[in-house]
Amino acid sequence: MSDENKIPNREDYAIECCGITKSFGTVVANDRIDLSVKYGEILALLGENGSGKTTLMNMLSGIYHPDEGTTIIGGQEVVINSPSDAMALGIGMIHQHFKLVEVFSAMDNIVLGVREKYSNPRKLKQRIQQISESFGLQIDPEKKVYDMSVSEKQTVEILKVLYRGAQILILDEPTAVLTPQETEKLFEILRRMKEQGCAIIIITHKLNEVMAISDRVTILRKGKSVDTVATAETNEKKLTELMVGMPVSLEIDRPVTENRETLLKVVDLTVDRPDGTRGLDDVSFEIKTGEILGVAGVAGSGQKELCEAIAGLLKVKTGAILYKKENIIGKSPAEIIDLGISMSFVPEDRLGMGLVASMGMVDNMLLKSYRNHKGPFVDKKPARALAESLVKRLDIQTAGVDMPVRMMSGGNVQKVLLGREIESGPNLLIAAYPVRGLDINSSYTIYDLLNEQKKKNVAVVFIGEDLDVLLELSDRILVLCHGKVTGMVDAAQATKEQIGLMMTGSSEKEVAEHE
Amino acid sequence: MSDTPLRMNQKEPLVRISKQAELSDKKRMLLRLGSLLLALVAGGLFLLILGYNPLQIYATMVTGCFRSAMAIQATVKIIIPLLITSLGVTLAFKMRFWNIGAEGQVIMGAIFASYFALFCNTWPHWVLVPVMLIAGMVGGGIWGAIPAFFKVKFGTNETLFTLMLNYIALYLIILLRDGPWADPASPGFPKIARFVKNAQLDKVFGVHIGWIIALVLVVAVFIYLRYTKQGYEISVVGESQATAAYAGMKVQKIVLRTMVLSGAVAGIAGMVQATGSDMTLAEGVANGVGFTAIIVAWLAQLNPLGILLVSSLFGLMEKGSSVVESTFKLSADSSDVLQGIILFFVLAAEFFIRYRFTFRKQRKGGNEA
Repeated sequence: MSDENKIPNREDYAIECCGITKSFGTVVANDRIDLSVKYGEILALLGENGSGKTTLMNMLSGIYHPDEGTTIIGGQEVVINSPSDAMALGIGMIHQHFKLVEVFSAMDNIVLGVREKYSNPRKLKQRIQQISESFGLQIDPEKKVYDMSVSEKQTVEILKVLYRGAQILILDEPTAVLTPQETEKLFEILRRMKEQGCAIIIITHKLNEVMAISDRVTILRKGKSVDTVATAETNEKKLTELMVGMPVSLEIDRPVTENRETLLKVVDLTVDRPDGTRGLDDVSFEIKTGEILGVAGVAGSGQKELCEAIAGLLKVKTGAILYKKENIIGKSPAEIIDLGISMSFVPEDRLGMGLVASMGMVDNMLLKSYRNHKGPFVDKKPARALAESLVKRLDIQTAGVDMPVRMMSGGNVQKVLLGREIESGPNLLIAAYPVRGLDINSSYTIYDLLNEQKKKNVAVVFIGEDLDVLLELSDRILVLCHGKVTGMVDAAQATKEQIGLMMTGSSEKEVAEHE
Repeated sequence: MSDTPLRMNQKEPLVRISKQAELSDKKRMLLRLGSLLLALVAGGLFLLILGYNPLQIYATMVTGCFRSAMAIQATVKIIIPLLITSLGVTLAFKMRFWNIGAEGQVIMGAIFASYFALFCNTWPHWVLVPVMLIAGMVGGGIWGAIPAFFKVKFGTNETLFTLMLNYIALYLIILLRDGPWADPASPGFPKIARFVKNAQLDKVFGVHIGWIIALVLVVAVFIYLRYTKQGYEISVVGESQATAAYAGMKVQKIVLRTMVLSGAVAGIAGMVQATGSDMTLAEGVANGVGFTAIIVAWLAQLNPLGILLVSSLFGLMEKGSSVVESTFKLSADSSDVLQGIILFFVLAAEFFIRYRFTFRKQRKGGNEA
């Protein structure tokens, strides 16, 4: 049984991985994974968080070393020990978080770390323009990275690997930070690359994108490769089943509530970030009880500042925040918590704010309520009871309520955070990115929790990334762009494209005219 | 094997460091004991090379600490300041505040307490001792508060700041010794006068009451960190200041308060050392305990009960070494090397509890040929 029998035309394969295994301590991140891509093909790598997608790609790009298994690139077995080995083999990885030098121009970033001499800027510029044109990329080589939009930065990242002669591109969740229009543009570029014979692996958990761009899909589940299917022969429902391992419904409820009253009114709010840049610029809106207000925007458009201003963590420059007609600006965070305003922000690293990573669930339950007990000591009994009831009610997977939360999986951590905020009986609940990086089942649990709060007449602010979810879950959607409000739309009426345009700065009126 | 590898020179690295699975408590203890054993073997080799019988030396080290009541008392006296200071730095370290200035805080505690020992020594003994204790806490507390204040107001680097304050404190003693507090009875050789009996700490079981103070502090710090609201706040601030602010804690206040406490505890060590052991304010009142305390605190993983154990081991090692030095005429440097070897192995055990080495596996199919 030699390999030749299994794969008839091996010349065409860019990458073949056989039985790749990698473990971290007792955690087996990749368990005998098989994967292959041909030149001139786009392979989507689909899987829930923690299914081992990024680990596998990090091994291909030389960041990790596999414990077992063989990697064959262009028909020959190789060992990839470092990112420069990967580059020499023509593998280029575009990471989810950009790795660019902010104060350098696009050109400087592109040649950074290339051994050949950086002698003639004019020639270099020509070469970059030549590559850009052949793949349909648009870039100004002289522009500094700090002046660039997210999608421009991504273009620089792509150029960086193309300049180094990459034939095999790996993109780790490239669309997570893009608007729908930018995503479409990226897909155009990827298709162009495919025509020119590049092999492309795209990591994603958005099913519509898999259907739109890929030729084949490899699905990972819990560190194992469960199946590889041709995109043309499958559909979103089948893919979900393969990914989750059981049939799931993809509908989100939008319950109807009555007697809505204005709970919080934000008037002309302007906030500067700690580094002096403008975070929010003249923002005005209101939130009613019993509604979910969605907040849409490209990452870094002022969502974090909005949360922190309402929670009293960031100094407000001008404007007012009226809670039940009382201005809460100038109140301390503790006073705002006591008013029943509860904020749960899930940052990119998930644990940065809201939970203490090294503490167990019990101690984390105490975070906002430890002050309420009289005397110098902390009373852990009610916290333990609360932690145990949350475990049961939200089906939290944990070895015990005293196990440090950093050892729990992302979904369970977020359930702990949101569970605690909900248990504090808030009047206003701000949930920022509550489903960030969660698998489908956990996401739906969170949506249900938010709807439950809405039905209890709580005003819910839902700051999200996925426009499809925002449109289905929210009652109204506030769109932010560069700290300004560019639209406030009725979620039942709006379309993804409209919101996408507002996210990049077109006002509501312009979008209406555009239609 | 039809396909030859493209790059013969490309091999898996010979040794990699990878993360270890969480070990059970029993395995951890075994690993630590094993490392201690290895340390003794390695130290033994060192002694053999020097031409001594290691077994004899080790035996002397142990018996040296316990051979008489006086030896035991001397060992305890070494342990007391180290134990108290370690408890002090633990408070700061729990908050991830890198207090490298315990040395200076010990000295300031000693200076403040010495003022009363020198100039108010006619006060009744039962008033004077508590006053000296409080003075010691105030002195250390101020020395802890200064870097904390600048940290919260201007974001200065606490490591450098606390380190620098050590030298100011040290030279302050010299200034006092050479000038205002110089002993008139000793004109040729500048020193500070010996404290009168009234200003010396009482003895219980032949050792000054510092050991009782130290044990009380072990329990107090343990309870403070584990069961009080302030202890809870320290843990949260240590983990993430953003989280603490989000939870409505006043981070600046907590940092300042904790550093005052940390300095105050170290100040007690200075007061105890000056009025209990030295009976005067000597230049070497701190004698490096402020730095050794950092090692003790981390080895004990910031657990007060662990600190009691680790600082006792350090005390035994130091006393044992000094006995060995005098018995075998072993040079002080050699015994320092020996202590260093033991410490090295103990620290290595902590590394291997978390990580392990993975060696390159022999691949099948003769690729190595």
